[in-house]
Amino acid sequence: MTEAAADGGYGIRFKRLLSEYPVIPLILLLTALIVALEIIRPGIVNERWIANTIKFAIPLAMLASCQTLTMLTGGIDLSVGTIATISAFVMATQVTLSGSAAAIPIALAPAILLGLVNGFGVGVCRVHPLIMTLGTGLIGIGCLQVYQRFVIATGSEVPDYLAWLGTGRFWILPHSLLLFVPFAIGVIFMLRRTGFGRLLYALGENENATRLSGVRGWQVHLALYALSGLIAGITGLLYLGLIKAPSLSLVEPRLLPAVAAAVIGGTSIFGGRGTYSGTIIGALILTVLTTMLTVMQIPEGTRRLLFGVIILAVTAIYLRLTDES
Amino acid sequence: MGLFRRESWNVGLLVILALLLALTKAVQPNYGAAGFEGLAQAALPFAFAAAAQAIVVIAGGIDLSIASMMAVTSVTAAVLMEGATEGQAVWIALFVLGLGAAMGALNGFLIVITRVPDIVVTLAMLYVWEGVALMILNAPGGGASEWLKALPIGSVPLPFLPESVSSFIPKALLFLLVCIAVVWFPLKRSKLGLQIYAIGSSEQTAFRTGVPVRRSKVIAYSVAGLFAAMGGLVLTASTGIGAPIPGPYLLASVAAVVLGGVILGGGRGGLIGPIIAVFILRLVRTILTFLAVDPNVTTIVEGTIMVAVVMAGGVLALRGRRRKAA
Repeated sequence: MTEAAADGGYGIRFKRLLSEYPVIPLILLLTALIVALEIIRPGIVNERWIANTIKFAIPLAMLASCQTLTMLTGGIDLSVGTIATISAFVMATQVTLSGSAAAIPIALAPAILLGLVNGFGVGVCRVHPLIMTLGTGLIGIGCLQVYQRFVIATGSEVPDYLAWLGTGRFWILPHSLLLFVPFAIGVIFMLRRTGFGRLLYALGENENATRLSGVRGWQVHLALYALSGLIAGITGLLYLGLIKAPSLSLVEPRLLPAVAAAVIGGTSIFGGRGTYSGTIIGALILTVLTTMLTVMQIPEGTRRLLFGVIILAVTAIYLRLTDES
Repeated sequence: MGLFRRESWNVGLLVILALLLALTKAVQPNYGAAGFEGLAQAALPFAFAAAAQAIVVIAGGIDLSIASMMAVTSVTAAVLMEGATEGQAVWIALFVLGLGAAMGALNGFLIVITRVPDIVVTLAMLYVWEGVALMILNAPGGGASEWLKALPIGSVPLPFLPESVSSFIPKALLFLLVCIAVVWFPLKRSKLGLQIYAIGSSEQTAFRTGVPVRRSKVIAYSVAGLFAAMGGLVLTASTGIGAPIPGPYLLASVAAVVLGGVILGGGRGGLIGPIIAVFILRLVRTILTFLAVDPNVTTIVEGTIMVAVVMAGGVLALRGRRRKAA
């Protein structure tokens, strides 16, 4: 009987540990996936594989950061796929038109602009973020297609420094870590230590209370969605360097995996809960999972099915584990 | 007058639709019965997707897997109907409708069981149903029976109306209205329909007043699956084959639902508004095509309309609240 009580005690302590450090079960899951992969295909986990996994997880984690940030306030940003594609495409075409230095601000301008429109709609007009960002995504992709017709003759070019950043690696460290490490530290610092970060959590936890305590919610939303747009734009440039073939659907297929990465990483879609470190692990888990399903040579249909089932299962289990009640 | 006020959003949408039809006629003077029939046919799958999305949104959820469910039902119908007799095809169609309802019910069941938010569950199910569609049919193929193909084509000959009038009632429109009427109106009048509105309005209040929240939610998703299956059948009918890659119906359904006056978050709106909204969006496309506008600009216009309408709606709602408070 004492044993049972002790077990209960350990159970509670274990649960408390998990809800205090929700990254732990995610790291365990990631490790388990890598071990499983090594068992399925011995020898696959080598330098090159690790570098590749990190290389593909980085832009996904950046795109997922947009979801984490907006989800903290109870929103979501479904326009990031389009925004990233626009930045990448504009970059690739403007390099030949205006030179590779001037192309960066030109490519990031529409990203910030679309972000500001999102922020205006969500913050000022009180439109549901899902609708607002879907709409701006639609407008953005239309504008991009029109833009494409004007530059169809110019051709496209991927600047060397983006290709270096996107595909190069040093031992197991891809060059894109140079961009990502400061970025991740910045986001985590912002969420934990700055007033803006606390405002995001506060708005997601209880919007009315936050407003009543004197916060101008619309300013926070405007800044948040503009930031999300900017991050998406930069991610687009990184994808351009990684994939090197600008197209009108470059980043679009990564939108839903980015949402999934944030959700698997423990960000609550209702707002107020979530960390960026969890999201990074979530992106790594998804990348490893994709490799695993590819390595096992499962046909495309089954692969998608398993992908969906695993996302759902992981989210459900994770919710149970970290549930405070 | 009360009815007029209650249905003001739908009346407004109908006015816009009428204005757009007049505009179409002005732009293209020989736009007539054939053009309207084409419009109804093109709108059909979008209308079913919007109806499916609307009922889930009314119940306080959102279903991202609608387009994928349409793909699953479409390929199932196409695979089974290839080589089947016309009589067997009727049973196949009924089976596919049942399959859609079952898939929707599974969505709802998973939401209720796992307590994971609707949007995440249906996001995961989007992949699952996409995978299932690809497993059933790897590339576009299969067939459709003749009666199914003929279903949305042509107009309805009504004995008491002259040919010139009855040709303006496309079969596709009638088919849509019948399907919606058979499923939606009995449901809306019933206790169950009230419960679906109740859980969308406030799940907690509904629970405390004795509404079986979980059951109502599963049923709402199941009806959405049924509408998605109708959409899938229509897809198979219009192309004669089944395609495993989902079409652009998810985005369009959300846009139509919002334009149609269904509030995201639940509890308000109906199915008529979203369906009128589908016709408006399709008609805008037609007009821009007649004006020889670049089809890509059409996408921009569609997005702008959607964003402008919801922004205006948001600002109006805010003003109303302020006036009430003052």
